[in-house]
Amino acid sequence: MDSKKTDRREFLKRSAAVAGGLTLGTVEPALGQAVAPVPANILGTDELVGYGDRSRFVTSERIPHGGRASPDTFGLDFHIATPLQDSVGVVTPSSLHYMGTTRGSYVPDINPAEHRLMIHGMVERPLVFTMEEIKRLPSVTRMHFIECAGNRSNRRHTTVQETHGMTSNAEWTGVLLSTLLEEAGVQDDADWIVAEGVEEVKGASSIPMTKAMDDVLICYGMNGEDVRPQQGFPLRMLAPGFEGIFNVKWLRRIKVVDRYYMTYNDYGHLTQDPANAALGYQIGPKSVITHPSGGQQLPGKGFYEVSGLAWSGGGRVDKVEVTTDGGLTWTDAKLRGTAQPMAHTRFTFEWDWDGSACELQSRCIDEIGQVQPSRAQVAEFWNQPPDQPPRVRGQDNSIQPWRVDSDGSIHNAIA
Amino acid sequence: MAVFTMRLLKFLPLLMFLGVSANAQSPTFGLGRTPTAGEIEAWDIAISPTGEELPVGSGTANQGSELYLSKGCAGCHGTTGAGGLAPRLIKRDVGEVDDPWQYGRVLPIRSPFATTVWDFINRGMPLGQEGTLTPDEVYSITAYLFFLNDVIEDDLMVLDEVSLPQIQMPNRDNWAQVPDWFPGQPRLQGYPY
Repeated sequence: MDSKKTDRREFLKRSAAVAGGLTLGTVEPALGQAVAPVPANILGTDELVGYGDRSRFVTSERIPHGGRASPDTFGLDFHIATPLQDSVGVVTPSSLHYMGTTRGSYVPDINPAEHRLMIHGMVERPLVFTMEEIKRLPSVTRMHFIECAGNRSNRRHTTVQETHGMTSNAEWTGVLLSTLLEEAGVQDDADWIVAEGVEEVKGASSIPMTKAMDDVLICYGMNGEDVRPQQGFPLRMLAPGFEGIFNVKWLRRIKVVDRYYMTYNDYGHLTQDPANAALGYQIGPKSVITHPSGGQQLPGKGFYEVSGLAWSGGGRVDKVEVTTDGGLTWTDAKLRGTAQPMAHTRFTFEWDWDGSACELQSRCIDEIGQVQPSRAQVAEFWNQPPDQPPRVRGQDNSIQPWRVDSDGSIHNAIA
Repeated sequence: MAVFTMRLLKFLPLLMFLGVSANAQSPTFGLGRTPTAGEIEAWDIAISPTGEELPVGSGTANQGSELYLSKGCAGCHGTTGAGGLAPRLIKRDVGEVDDPWQYGRVLPIRSPFATTVWDFINRGMPLGQEGTLTPDEVYSITAYLFFLNDVIEDDLMVLDEVSLPQIQMPNRDNWAQVPDWFPGQPRLQGYPY
């Protein structure tokens, strides 16, 4: 090393120490907070350069949903949850996007050159598209969340990854389904479509024509690159705000039909009660505080930016409120950026923790006025016995409470 | 009248679109090609409650009982259909019930449509060998599951593309439709949340 440089560095260090010693009111660095010199540089490798890896010090990962501990249970238990506790901003990295497959199907390895999308049934002109042809059509790019019907907090869960990790948010690029349907020419009385994938179980879902013509996307792009295989490469459907299973992956076929087909996917939603049917269809307003959240540890009292995600299947997030006293008083959180329809929206709340035990909650209000309920409100609405744990019907959008103990530890406080 | 109004409302977004697009009924971009009849038939596997997509074929519960063993169904669903690694296929033993939902979440008794049962066996079974059953085999296994659940009483009754959709499932009209959907509607009218 250049000796002059070394001397200069030493001089600056000493000066800083002297200056620090003389200044009143400075905060001494606690153990582990001292500024350390940067060690050796990272050397370029093909893996790092060709498709950029993240730092080896960043280890945030997905976990199998449902409390199974080992990645060995991936496969037929192919439901994987996003580490929301580590998320910042609104985009879920494609590598960390949650996933589920119809009946635990394996992910098909599709050559896009051979992939086709067929549109047929009650149309004037049945059509088959290659991927190349689909990419020539007018496209849109939109932020949308997807959420699994099973994204439901329970008392055994400790972290937000377990309670809420079956939702993710990405930037999707593709063709509006309405563009394709207009190209084929939809006949009168065609009230439904059946969308179907190519995986071994050929997962298929029925979607009302009103939705198909409104905002359903046929996507080949995700977060600026091709849709990942786990997310339906080379082509997947996105039905914004509808439960996860409607977002058919590895899409090969759309049949335009005159009635609800009750495919096997639809049978999974079968219920006797019209209210249950409605509550298990379009996703309600929902939010969760991701930091601080269950399993995390506050190092001490003082300032924290409370941060979380809010979303709704009913449209844009209009407002998020936060409580630090278990629901006695609510304060508006700040929404980051402009809320997009049917997309995760980041909210923040400036909080000075006084070191005493408390409870953090958030609630989402969407643009059509739907309000995220507490579990107690849900129980009251359905006249459920107050001495038993509430049973949230349909897709669970109830408020998630996090209990902060005076030692700074954070726990799932669900009733 | 009410039905007509509902239908009109349902298509309001579509009608509004057609209103501003003079040539919506002719292709705008001219991309894609017309599939052949054979290509459509090969992929057209989602079965309507009316059964119009059902392929020609036939089978009986008697034949299905043998296939249930030889095709490996029994391995996961149990030799009696009581379930195991895979879901139960025979109704719960609850005696005479007023409401067939009390038989449990068992596809061949709960499903409102016989076609849904046929469809799922055809597209999704056997696990790991999906798509290998012939139409005759799917008719036979479907018949066997209906026989096990007393949906049909004759183990020699022939199920085919004509008779299958005519089977009256006990829950045929005993289920909740999903609500009509419009942009911007709440997920459940009257639900305060």
